[in-house]
Amino acid sequence: MNNVIEVEHLKKTYGSFTAVDDVSFHVEEGEVFGLLGPNGAGKTTSIECIQALRHSFTGDVSVLGLDPRKDARELRKYIGSQLQESALPNRMKVWEALDLFASFAPNALDWELLLKQWGLAEKRNSSFGGLSGGQQQRLFIALALVNDPKIVFLDEMTQGLDPAARRVAWDLVRAVRDKGKTVVMVTHFMDEAENLCDRLAIVNKGRIVATDSPQGLINSYATQIKVLFSTDEPDLSYLEQIPSVNSVNRYGSHVEILGTGPILPLVAAALVENGITPSDLRVDQPTLEDVFLILTRDVEPAEINQ
Amino acid sequence: MNTLLKMSWVELKLFIREPITMFFTLVLPIMFLFVMGEVFGNSPDNQGGIEVYRGMGAMNVYTPSYIGLVMAAIGLFSIPVHLTSYRERGVLRRLRASSISTWTLFSSQLIVSFVVTSVCSIILVILAFPVYDVITPESIILLIVAFMISTISFTAIGILMGALLPTSRAAQGIGLLLFFLMLMLSGAGPPREVMSDPMKYIGDAMPLTHISILLQDTWLGFGWNWARFGIVAGFGVGATVIAYRFFRWD
Repeated sequence: MNNVIEVEHLKKTYGSFTAVDDVSFHVEEGEVFGLLGPNGAGKTTSIECIQALRHSFTGDVSVLGLDPRKDARELRKYIGSQLQESALPNRMKVWEALDLFASFAPNALDWELLLKQWGLAEKRNSSFGGLSGGQQQRLFIALALVNDPKIVFLDEMTQGLDPAARRVAWDLVRAVRDKGKTVVMVTHFMDEAENLCDRLAIVNKGRIVATDSPQGLINSYATQIKVLFSTDEPDLSYLEQIPSVNSVNRYGSHVEILGTGPILPLVAAALVENGITPSDLRVDQPTLEDVFLILTRDVEPAEINQ
Repeated sequence: MNTLLKMSWVELKLFIREPITMFFTLVLPIMFLFVMGEVFGNSPDNQGGIEVYRGMGAMNVYTPSYIGLVMAAIGLFSIPVHLTSYRERGVLRRLRASSISTWTLFSSQLIVSFVVTSVCSIILVILAFPVYDVITPESIILLIVAFMISTISFTAIGILMGALLPTSRAAQGIGLLLFFLMLMLSGAGPPREVMSDPMKYIGDAMPLTHISILLQDTWLGFGWNWARFGIVAGFGVGATVIAYRFFRWD
């Protein structure tokens, strides 16, 4: 696999505040790579440096073999950007925006097609200011694709989209990837990262705390497995004797067992041996959310919830 | 080239869709034309023994000045407000992330200025000729050259203000202040002949004063004014260099 992006020791400071602190990662050609982290973690700043939108940073960044600090304009021909906190003039019409941005690019795609793909065909003659948040967002993604880029950067792409539109957006990201493009996305939505990303980096306080595939991260960090069932049997102390079980918690008739390794069959065997056969015995697999909470635990709860 | 033309065309359409700037650039100079025309007419006049309006009819002198006023409205008000609000709202961020260059952005502003100023000037002149019997320009070619230099210069000043001012509110306030100061002290309002020395000194620091005189000289047959041309061109070059140096996209 070719690396289309290589970032080594990227550091960006604003006065005494370090927004990005020694970040290193690479992105392979054709993959969907995600930066997942709480707000203010430095995700956006990192990809803005890579997209040549910020210049005064230290470290080595190479995108398609180009240095964003030296070859900014050349680089922009090959990347597509959907940015946070950007806008179009309120009185600019949807078709005018696509037509204008297509004229900036040497190999522009047929923007009429993008208009249809992103469900904007009937908004063609509407002004930007009259679009809903979701429609504006879809227009921005269409604009990021109009120059037929090799790498597409999506910064909080589904912000402001309703659940149905989010699913549509996910399908379109997969379609973009299937055309051989590389996608770099910033998100704070767990489900989005888990569903879309081939690999992802979890960012916290300006640093990358882990990089792997979603399943790889779960396997390495969320090692606790949860086994659940209900019973009114008072004595379950024998379950604590099972070597891989860490704790047994009871909430009324609900029992929750935390452990590592193959605890489900061990727990089941012990229960049967003691004459208990609960019909709702099940296991909760850890999710990316568990990994995220473990790795970003020191953050204020209010920030995680956003 | 295609990029620049598209950008200019879209910017021109956006300009026309913005009622406040249209009022400022088109309606205000026409209002002045008729108000001043009704008050002063167009025959040579003496004010208390002082020869005013360069010894000519008031409207002969004011008409070229009002063409300068159109340029001032665009340069001091509409371009600075436009660029600062683009920066504030993130439009410039969005534009920069495509491969548009600073020069394409600047040039598109210049092309819009040219088109709008030309159209407004033609309307102004078409009204001034029959209503106040304004004399025809002595040298059309020199007038066109003066017109072009002046438009470039005021556009550059507008871009400079757009580059330096932090917010669109600041651009509105400072733009209006400068516009009315220049209107009053450049000779486009009270004639320079009746101004006190301090008023003249302040007026001399203002680009509209020199643009007015440059346009008047070619129109009224005073010939090509190299000194005024030098000052107007200097404003233009200086503003362009500083604007390019300090322009920020976000």
